[in-house]
Amino acid sequence: MLELCKINKAYAEGRKVLTNLSYTLRAGEYVAIMGDSGVGKSTLLNLIAGLDTPDSGEIRINGVAISSLDDDASTQLRREQFGFIFQAFHVLPHLTVSQNIALPLLLNGAPTERVEQMLAEVGLRDRGHHFPRQLSGGELQRVAIARALIHRPKLVLADEPTGNLDPDTAHDILQLMRAEIKANGASGIIVTHSHAAAATADAILNLTKDGLHPAHAGHSQ
Amino acid sequence: MKSVSLSRWLLLGEWRAHILQVIVAIMAIAIGIALGYSIHLINTAAFNEFSAASKNLSGQSDLQVHGRSAFFDESLYPMLAKYEGVALANPVLELDVVMPNKLQNRNDHKLKIVGLDMFRATQISPDLLGVPVEGKRLDGLADDAIFLSPAAMEWLQVEQGDVLSLNAGLQTITLRVAGGLVRARSGQRIAVMDIGAAQWRFQQLGLLSRIELKLKHGVNHAAFKAELTKQLGDQYLVVEVTDQETRIANMSRAYRVNLNMLALVALFTGAFLVFSTQALSVIRRRQQFAMLRVLGFTRRQLLRQIVLEGALLGMIGSLLGLGLGYAIAAMAIQFLGGDLGSNFFPGIKPSIDFNPLAALTFFLIGLGVTVLGSMAPAFEAVRAKPALALRSGSEDAALSKLSTPWFAMFCLMLAMLFTQLPPVFELPIFGYLAIALLLIGGIALMPRFAARIFTSLQNVWGAQAGAMVTLVLARLANAPNQAAIALGGILASFSLMVAMAIMVTSFRVSVDGWLTHVLPADLYVRTVSVGDQGGFQLSEQKAMAGLSGFERVDFFRTQQLRLDPGRPEIMLIARPIDSIDPRNTLPMVDDAMTPTVLPEGVTPIWVSEAMVDLYGYRPGEKVSLPIGKAADTVFNEFVVAGVWRDYGRQFGAVQMQLADYQRLTGDTSVNNLAVWLGSGATLDAAMANLRQLPFGDALEISKSRDMRALSLEIFDRSFAVTYLLEIVAVVIGLLGVGASFSAQTLARAKEFGMLRHIGVMRRQVLVMLAAEGGLLTAMGIVLGFVLGWAISLILVFIVNPQSFHWTMQLHLPWGWLTMVAVIMLVSAAMTALIAGRRAVSGNVIRAVREDW
Repeated sequence: MLELCKINKAYAEGRKVLTNLSYTLRAGEYVAIMGDSGVGKSTLLNLIAGLDTPDSGEIRINGVAISSLDDDASTQLRREQFGFIFQAFHVLPHLTVSQNIALPLLLNGAPTERVEQMLAEVGLRDRGHHFPRQLSGGELQRVAIARALIHRPKLVLADEPTGNLDPDTAHDILQLMRAEIKANGASGIIVTHSHAAAATADAILNLTKDGLHPAHAGHSQ
Repeated sequence: MKSVSLSRWLLLGEWRAHILQVIVAIMAIAIGIALGYSIHLINTAAFNEFSAASKNLSGQSDLQVHGRSAFFDESLYPMLAKYEGVALANPVLELDVVMPNKLQNRNDHKLKIVGLDMFRATQISPDLLGVPVEGKRLDGLADDAIFLSPAAMEWLQVEQGDVLSLNAGLQTITLRVAGGLVRARSGQRIAVMDIGAAQWRFQQLGLLSRIELKLKHGVNHAAFKAELTKQLGDQYLVVEVTDQETRIANMSRAYRVNLNMLALVALFTGAFLVFSTQALSVIRRRQQFAMLRVLGFTRRQLLRQIVLEGALLGMIGSLLGLGLGYAIAAMAIQFLGGDLGSNFFPGIKPSIDFNPLAALTFFLIGLGVTVLGSMAPAFEAVRAKPALALRSGSEDAALSKLSTPWFAMFCLMLAMLFTQLPPVFELPIFGYLAIALLLIGGIALMPRFAARIFTSLQNVWGAQAGAMVTLVLARLANAPNQAAIALGGILASFSLMVAMAIMVTSFRVSVDGWLTHVLPADLYVRTVSVGDQGGFQLSEQKAMAGLSGFERVDFFRTQQLRLDPGRPEIMLIARPIDSIDPRNTLPMVDDAMTPTVLPEGVTPIWVSEAMVDLYGYRPGEKVSLPIGKAADTVFNEFVVAGVWRDYGRQFGAVQMQLADYQRLTGDTSVNNLAVWLGSGATLDAAMANLRQLPFGDALEISKSRDMRALSLEIFDRSFAVTYLLEIVAVVIGLLGVGASFSAQTLARAKEFGMLRHIGVMRRQVLVMLAAEGGLLTAMGIVLGFVLGWAISLILVFIVNPQSFHWTMQLHLPWGWLTMVAVIMLVSAAMTALIAGRRAVSGNVIRAVREDW
């Protein structure tokens, strides 16, 4: 599903973050990436999303090299095949919960009937007409999860999705996220500092300056 | 850490990060202040110079005696010279003589000639004495000598020793330029002659314009004035120099105040811009402020910080504006004159003086509007609960107070009330306040309108609309306060532009129609007359009326009358008027009284609207006017038979039948005639016939279509400065849109970052922003039109009648308004697009990672 081949990336000031990194993520696989601050976890996520470009190496999604795509094509790729979950939720304040969730469907020109189902799946059945300011942090992240999965993406990328949540809510969200990713047949990558969060993934990878290394098994299948 | 340092850091950090918004806000204030200050400087300089020049003519007299009309019999002089308490009486004959070679400039073609008794003038107005060349000391008394001020010499392009030809009545007078004056103000165009010579040469034998009195020491001026007034009776006016100043102030006050108000429009728009800059800045930093509050920043510190930021913008903008205003005023005086090309203050050359008090006033106005503009956002930031404000998504709720309708309704109701109130000091103060309140109320209702309209659109389109339409409409419908802020400046400037355009068009169309009504003849003929003397005697009238090709000839006798020493003279026009239906002759504003309802034995007059406003004349009312035998001007009783519209004389005019005038005064001379040509006669042939008369060279012949074209040209020139000010206001409004959109797009960087993550293309974000800008502006244009139309009603039906004492019909310049609307729409969409490019060109990754 996702192939990372000998990726090298340095920051603008010259500091290397990723060196000869290679990894293959299989379809339906859900992995967590952990590592020290500044080691390049979020950078890796941005490279995968086509929002940043590696200095060398190649990233392929279903066999298509992202570097060969122009801005419009990589945007189209994100629109159709990716789902994003951010630490700060990033739901649009002036759209209702339903509208926020429907956004990827609208962008893809798809019917929006599935919104009601997603609302029910993330436990916000009666909150569709509410605005984000009327929701709690946990509820906002549920909206973000629903939005990330509504269009049945192939790959969900989550960057510290529970960083802004209390442990109980975080636990619920992580379970929901895993369940939804699996239910939708998607692959997933979660970048986190939290061992509890990482434990919900199929596998945990440690990102070091030497590359990605398996840590230990994550969530029991 | 000192709180001062923190304050400085916060301020500099904010300004560094959003330097564009800061520059635009400073520019808006600077332009507003510059316009207001420069117009104030120009008006003050022109007014002071005009006033000083008039005082210069009055010399050091304590009192002046004037007749009711321009001239009175000199037999009064010996009586006053011997009057108890009078130290010196100085007879003066003052004439405005038309310079034939300057006729192309209709409002600035006269030379003021002052006839003085040189011996008496040495004691009362020594500055006006002529300075003859060495060896020709008696020139001061010579009947062919005229002394010119330097400005007059320059204007007429003559030097000492040259010959100057002047037309007086049907004669040409040749005078010798005998020298200059002891002292004349820079730019003041006057000429001085011996009074006897002036009376003789200009056919004013036995007549004076005024007698200046210097009182003996210890004489109580007020008591003396009261006693002399009583002694002289109604046919004379005893005035003080202060009355003169009041009169001059009255002459130009409405013009000056209206121009100042127009200049303040730009400042008003600038104030909205500062408000929007500050409001959006506060919204953007809502979480930052909440964090500061959490860290221990007190409410007072926060309030001080935000107001300080606004005040600094105001200070810098105001200082720049003062400098810019001074430069604009200096240049305008240099190139356009003291009246900005409108010829309101002819014959003077003012210079700009720096007045610290005026500068301070304008500085404080600039500072005041910026501080006021900062207050609402500052109070909002202070009131916000840190815990709530720390959460994103509460930005629009922050301004929810803006959308409460009560404040807007209060403003609108007050505006309605103010439109019903009378003028204050003859100025439409409440009219202007009503306009300001209407504008504030209208803009305050914007969030409600925006929410209603865009929610309706959203409901109509529903979810089938697609992502972009949903995003655009949801943003506009659910964040109406931010939308309204962005629109405030454009709404203010567009509505004021609409209002001004409607007012000017209504005025122009009305003037055009009026000109057609008042200039029905084919040709108009006048002599280059002097003073109030009729130029054409009976024999000349007969000669002209008998020319071939003339179907009808109407003779006019015009004369100035002074009814109130504190007001400019009114114009009396005696002419044939259709007594059955005066509407056939005069542009009546209401139904005139028909002769059948006029009381027996009274003489009807028809008064201009200004007479109603300034002197309280009402149709059907009996009034006394100083129209009688020239030797002893007596008051006669007249009845006001109707009111007519006069765009030519804002200080009042009265029309009466020529036959009545001649019966009452015995004066059969006339100054003008209107000629209707018979079929087959051509204008050129008729003019040639007139020229062939013995006095043909002294005739000033105008085609009515040329007069109409010239009048409209003067009209357009007078309003040129208003167009300039309108354009400046709109440019400021567009800058406001640019600044607001720029600020908003930066504040929405996270939103755009997220949208880019989930697959919205860069150009789609730009299209979205352009659509938002376009839709908002379209709504602003519609609302601005409604608001502008309402303001134009106040301008047309309240401000103009109260300022200039004339009414007009409403006319809407649809073509012009459509063009401006389209330009605004495209400009605003482009501005939004340009502002948006900056936001979407930023780092998408960083945008979503930034918490604030």
